[in-house]
Amino acid sequence: MVNTIVDLNGLKLKNPILTASGTFGYGTEYSDFVDLEKLGGFIVKGTTINHKEGNPYPRMAETASGMLNAVGLQNKGVNYFKSKIYPEIENLDTNIIVNVSGSSIEDYIACSEIVNDLSHIPAIELNISCPNVKEGGMAFGTSAKAAFDVVSQVRKAYGKHLMVKLSPNVTDITEIAKAAEDAGADSVSLVNTFMGMAIDINTQKPLLSTVTGGLSGPCIKPIALRMVWQVAKAVNIPVVGLGGIMNAADAIEFMLAGASAIQVGTANFIDPDITIKILDGIHEYMKEHNIDDINDIVGII
Amino acid sequence: MKSIVDFTVKSNKELNSSTILLIVESKEELPRILPGQFVNVKIDNNSVLLRRPISIHDVDYKNRQISLYIKVLGKGTASLKELEVGDIVNILLPLGNSFDISLGKKPLLIGGGCGVAPLLYLAKVLFEDHNIKPTVLIGARSEEDILQVNEYKKYADLLISTEDGSLGEKGYPTNHTVWDNPEFDCIYCCGPEIMMKAIAVKSKEMNIPCEVSLENTMACGIGACLCCVQDTDKGHQCVCTDGPVFNINVLKW
Ligand SMILES: Cc1cc2nc3c(=O)[nH]c(=O)nc-3n(C[C@H](O)[C@H](O)[C@H](O)COP(=O)(O)OP(=O)(O)OC[C@H]3O[C@@H](n4cnc5c(N)ncnc54)[C@H](O)[C@@H]3O)c2cc1C
Ligand SMILES: Cc1cc2nc3c(=O)[nH]c(=O)nc-3n(C[C@H](O)[C@H](O)[C@H](O)COP(=O)(O)O)c2cc1C
Ligand code: FES
Repeated sequence: MVNTIVDLNGLKLKNPILTASGTFGYGTEYSDFVDLEKLGGFIVKGTTINHKEGNPYPRMAETASGMLNAVGLQNKGVNYFKSKIYPEIENLDTNIIVNVSGSSIEDYIACSEIVNDLSHIPAIELNISCPNVKEGGMAFGTSAKAAFDVVSQVRKAYGKHLMVKLSPNVTDITEIAKAAEDAGADSVSLVNTFMGMAIDINTQKPLLSTVTGGLSGPCIKPIALRMVWQVAKAVNIPVVGLGGIMNAADAIEFMLAGASAIQVGTANFIDPDITIKILDGIHEYMKEHNIDDINDIVGII
Repeated sequence: MKSIVDFTVKSNKELNSSTILLIVESKEELPRILPGQFVNVKIDNNSVLLRRPISIHDVDYKNRQISLYIKVLGKGTASLKELEVGDIVNILLPLGNSFDISLGKKPLLIGGGCGVAPLLYLAKVLFEDHNIKPTVLIGARSEEDILQVNEYKKYADLLISTEDGSLGEKGYPTNHTVWDNPEFDCIYCCGPEIMMKAIAVKSKEMNIPCEVSLENTMACGIGACLCCVQDTDKGHQCVCTDGPVFNINVLKW
């Protein structure tokens, strides 16, 4: 029997596969295609203290090997999640992680406190890296001091596993990662989307209502991989890698570069059952390379 | 239940220089498909990332076939034009809500451009399952864009308008004489947004219930990404799951 269990600083996943926030709804959108209990876990949509309508349409544009989005954290608020969505998914035998987003430290704390009371949510992913909301969001993830402040405040309010999601829109991502670690993060996940834009040359207008948006998909993978490698060398807490993972080979690359677990994002839109294919691919890879424990390949580069 | 199915191309016919009729067949029985629903087609071309949403134009349960009526616009649809008999196409289906058949007893179906696509299956279901022979009004730029005429005539009374007057009445669907003495009591419409908005205004003036099918750009097609939203009286709703069909009364047009 091979081992695929990974332990993220106390958060046990049956395998290293998670899904990226905002790309997997609340899991239920994918239940026709994926046995959710086969996943290491899934990370639900960005959740804020209050209801958010998000940005106006158009919010999406396909680009070369990628897509731009400007959804802007549309969600019905954490209390709606608690009363309407959580009861539907709480009994699933997998790790459900809430992506906590906000635009002020108070909002992050208030939202984390509510999630802290949900017994079947073992972790939050603190999103200090959303490029699509006007105030806050990414501002917390682009300076080491701001990151330290928000993470240490949330740390006091939240007792379970605290994963901090980093923005790649910085000069040196290791600085922010170290600040999150110093502030008490249990793990870091990276990367969120890269800020980008696209223009329709016929209408001479931007393709997104917000002009700029977040770039995801296979085009960002080499940069995301490099950042995961750098961060894994710089911190002592587990690193969760993501950015453009489309297949098992991509996932294995991230693990070799230092990711203890990975998240699948945009790929879910193209193949809704891709997470299961990636899991199968990882098993095949382990067999082919005589690997008994998936943890043995983490960070060997 | 939605599923991901490998279909085999049975035929791929060029209806005119920029429109194809793609018929694909499944090995397994088709799921139940409602009129107005769509599929999300995976494009076998490395320079295309996302699936492309396409309405279900016709369904043949017996032969496990669906037909897609596709306007070739960019890379994705151009790749679909290249498909040959025997090729495999990976399709996610059935997606979205459907037209509300109980809207009226004497429906007028209005289609413009590739928006005519979902109306054939709607006409068929009305005719075969509900004993209603609808009126279909197709609008296009000129004669060569008026396609599938004999198919519509199987289930509907067909009216045509062309901008250059080369076939049917000259003008836009909104100027057609069908509006002069309206014998219809509900409208189903699909086409360019500018046309749907004009029809919505007319139907509101005349107090006739009207549904439109929207074509917002999509990424997932299954309600996960929130990219396809439309502003409605309930806030942002997903065209892929709450739509594509909306009653005009809920839209903020
Ligand atoms: C629910 C739904 C049902 C649809 N049904 C049909 C159908 O039955 N037949 C059909 O031909 N098309 C249909 N469409 C539109 C179709 O999805 C787009 O034309 C297609 O995605 C374009 O892909 P492409 O790669 O060829 O073009 P791209 O390279 O993506 O774009 C080329 C050009 O087309 C425009 N375009 C792209 N997407 C859309 C869109 N969704 N609506 C309008 N313009 C667009 C772009 O702005 C660009 O100018 C439907 C769309 C939706 C959302
Ligand atoms: C449509 C969409 C919505 C997203 N929403 C969120 C979100 O709410 N919170 C968050 O932390 N990241 C969000 N992301 C970022 C993804 O979780 C992920 O970090 C990014 O897409 C890179 O991974 P990928 O290339 O595998 O998609 C979103 C991405 C997309 C494409
Ligand atoms: S296309 Fe993803 S939610 Fe509609």
